[in-house]
Amino acid sequence: MSVLDQTLAVTRTQLRSLPQRVGASAAAAIGVGGVVATMVAVLAIAAGFQAALRGSGSRDTAVVLRGGSDTEMSSLLTLEDARIIADAPGVRRGAAGALASAEMFVVVDVPKRSTGTPANVPLRGVEPAALAIRRDLRIVQGRAFEPGRNEILVGIGAADQFDGLEIGRTLRWGVNEWVVVGHFSSGGTLWESELWCDARVLQPVYRRGSTVQAVYAKLESPEAFGPFKDALTADPRLDVKVQLEEDYFAEQSEALHTVITTLGFFIATLMGAGAVFGAVNTMYSAVAARTREIATLRALGFGAAPVVVAVLVESTLIALVGGVSGGVAAQLAFDGYRTSTLNWSSFSQVTFAFDVTPRLLVLGIVWAIGMGLLGGILPALRAARLPVVNALREL
Amino acid sequence: MKFLPLVWRNLGRRKTRTVCTLLSIVVAFILFGYLSAIDVAFGLGLEIAGADRLITIHKVSLIQLLPYSYQDRIASVAGVKDVATSVWFGGVYQDPKNFIAQMAVEPERFLRVYPEFLVPEEQKRDWLADRTGCIVGRKTAERFGFEVGDRIPIQGTFYRKSDGSSLWEFTVRGIYSGARKGVDETQLFFHYEFLDEAREHSQGTVGWYVLRIDDPERSAEIAGTIDAAFANSEYETKTSTEKVFVQGFANQLGNISAILQAVMLAVFFTILLVAGNTMAQSVRERTAELAVLKTLGFSDGRVLAFVLTESMVLAGLGGLAGLAAGWLLITVGGDPTGGLLAVFYFPAGDLALGVVLVGLLGLACGVLPALQARRLAIADALRRVGA
Repeated sequence: MSVLDQTLAVTRTQLRSLPQRVGASAAAAIGVGGVVATMVAVLAIAAGFQAALRGSGSRDTAVVLRGGSDTEMSSLLTLEDARIIADAPGVRRGAAGALASAEMFVVVDVPKRSTGTPANVPLRGVEPAALAIRRDLRIVQGRAFEPGRNEILVGIGAADQFDGLEIGRTLRWGVNEWVVVGHFSSGGTLWESELWCDARVLQPVYRRGSTVQAVYAKLESPEAFGPFKDALTADPRLDVKVQLEEDYFAEQSEALHTVITTLGFFIATLMGAGAVFGAVNTMYSAVAARTREIATLRALGFGAAPVVVAVLVESTLIALVGGVSGGVAAQLAFDGYRTSTLNWSSFSQVTFAFDVTPRLLVLGIVWAIGMGLLGGILPALRAARLPVVNALREL
Repeated sequence: MKFLPLVWRNLGRRKTRTVCTLLSIVVAFILFGYLSAIDVAFGLGLEIAGADRLITIHKVSLIQLLPYSYQDRIASVAGVKDVATSVWFGGVYQDPKNFIAQMAVEPERFLRVYPEFLVPEEQKRDWLADRTGCIVGRKTAERFGFEVGDRIPIQGTFYRKSDGSSLWEFTVRGIYSGARKGVDETQLFFHYEFLDEAREHSQGTVGWYVLRIDDPERSAEIAGTIDAAFANSEYETKTSTEKVFVQGFANQLGNISAILQAVMLAVFFTILLVAGNTMAQSVRERTAELAVLKTLGFSDGRVLAFVLTESMVLAGLGGLAGLAAGWLLITVGGDPTGGLLAVFYFPAGDLALGVVLVGLLGLACGVLPALQARRLAIADALRRVGA
């Protein structure tokens, strides 16, 4: 018999005896499954959060902030600056002029549905071009705000997570009253977490005079960004930081993404260690239960390698069953689950959905296989090294 | 007690198994330690929030500024002992990744309102005397290697100087530490006076007020009086206890930490389940031996105690080692994200809970096999040997 045939034969008998050890094997599989489910779920938070922010940025839109600012919140531009930016080369032009929007970004307290306590919800004052600049943005209910009026358009993410944002509701911040007139969606991106209104109405309310915080400009093409940026940074009248929207949002998501991912991997490693010890125990008893059989095979002339492989296959299979069930459980329980959190960079709420990506599922299964191999290797070696004579004498 | 050696020998019979079971229990309890510490980190120091402190912010949101002139009016409200101002500076030290919370405060008032920030007397004097001086928390000083006398360049993001430059330099005059566990030792505080004179806009405004009051019982009443005083003004206020404020903030982080906790708790119990299963199995394998013990005259109760002790010893060894290792790792190693979580420690209360869990684990794993062992009929058990 070739080594391959031997391996197949031994593995087959090994697996056939698996039902006799169903309790211990199930416990090991549950351990691995728990690890995978947790890891996938935690990383899905990070992935969903990042997707919401990354997806918001496009490659043909530029964000202009004041030099030295990293967020809209800390930026400050004059309307004069905004006009120069809108006139810069490379900005796309529509029927109503340049596709550029000078925007204000503030936060207002709106009670969070899940806790009833106030949360920092972003309120964005925009210019008419804003709706055309964001791709995928559409009004799903109601209508857009009318320029000059205290009207608010609410992102569906915000409407879902925070209280009192239904169409027709009146909101009161300070001495001003606002009416919700519509809901908009934007394909799961950051904008859906926000409330939008006319920048001109918002400025006096926040005593901002004629200042804004950021200018969003749609470019003719992604290639137009270079000349656009050069023109603005070279302009002596301006002191600005020009970024592609995509890069800007990638930067915004970094802090929270790092924390969640690091914690996720750290915890998964610890738990993985715990599960491996469980698997080692299971496989040791599996080997112990079959001591006589293995010894008999060896006595018949089977090599050590097939025995090692058979044990490893069993432990990997158990881990794989656990890993796949863990992944499926995480997918069913968490994928698409909507929640909101405070984005540390912008100091405002971001609503997003957990995103169990195929990549994460693959990662989970790779971990499961790793745990299975680690758990099986010592028992497998023990099985291969069994002194045949002694083993046959055993009960 | 004299049976302890026997228990010990039994644990040593299958060394690998015992070691693996022990290690998985150890890992489970290290995990438990980190769970508690993460809970503390996401709770943002809720449990140490002063009951005698109130926070007054702009009614619309925390980012709206309030006039400095409110300070005297708030201080004159009956029951208010002290008022301190704070301004969030939000500058960047070298790279946005090096996050340090920077706050402009009036040093004397600030230290009176927050007695838990401890600054050596001499350093405090130096700080008060130097308008461009600052104090930094112990953890931040360790993280970036700041020492007293160092100059720290901070790039202002929101605030620039009136000469147009955005570079602010502060000299470290002191390093503060927390009087208790859980005090945030990562912040940087500098003079409000310096900020207000040098900044190009927003003169005469502050971010929020922190108040100390005589009697925590009257906090609702005092908060009401303050908010009523500024009602219908251009800057309306919202006053709440520090606890409510911090809780609101923690709520903003949302159920993320709750989900993290729930899932990890599930895994904690999964690992224990696996360990428990192994422990139970090892007792079942010894049915015949237990029958022999009974044949030798050991009473049913004794056999029960015997099995239970074994499981308690295993859980106790693994669990206590795990708690100790967790405590050590968290205390010495700090938070795994390398300083992004400001407060990270293993609270004593949770440590005690951990010890209780260790006991429960030992009981839970031992009780079924122990009961079986007690009920064991000698003849049946010995008959199984041949089968």
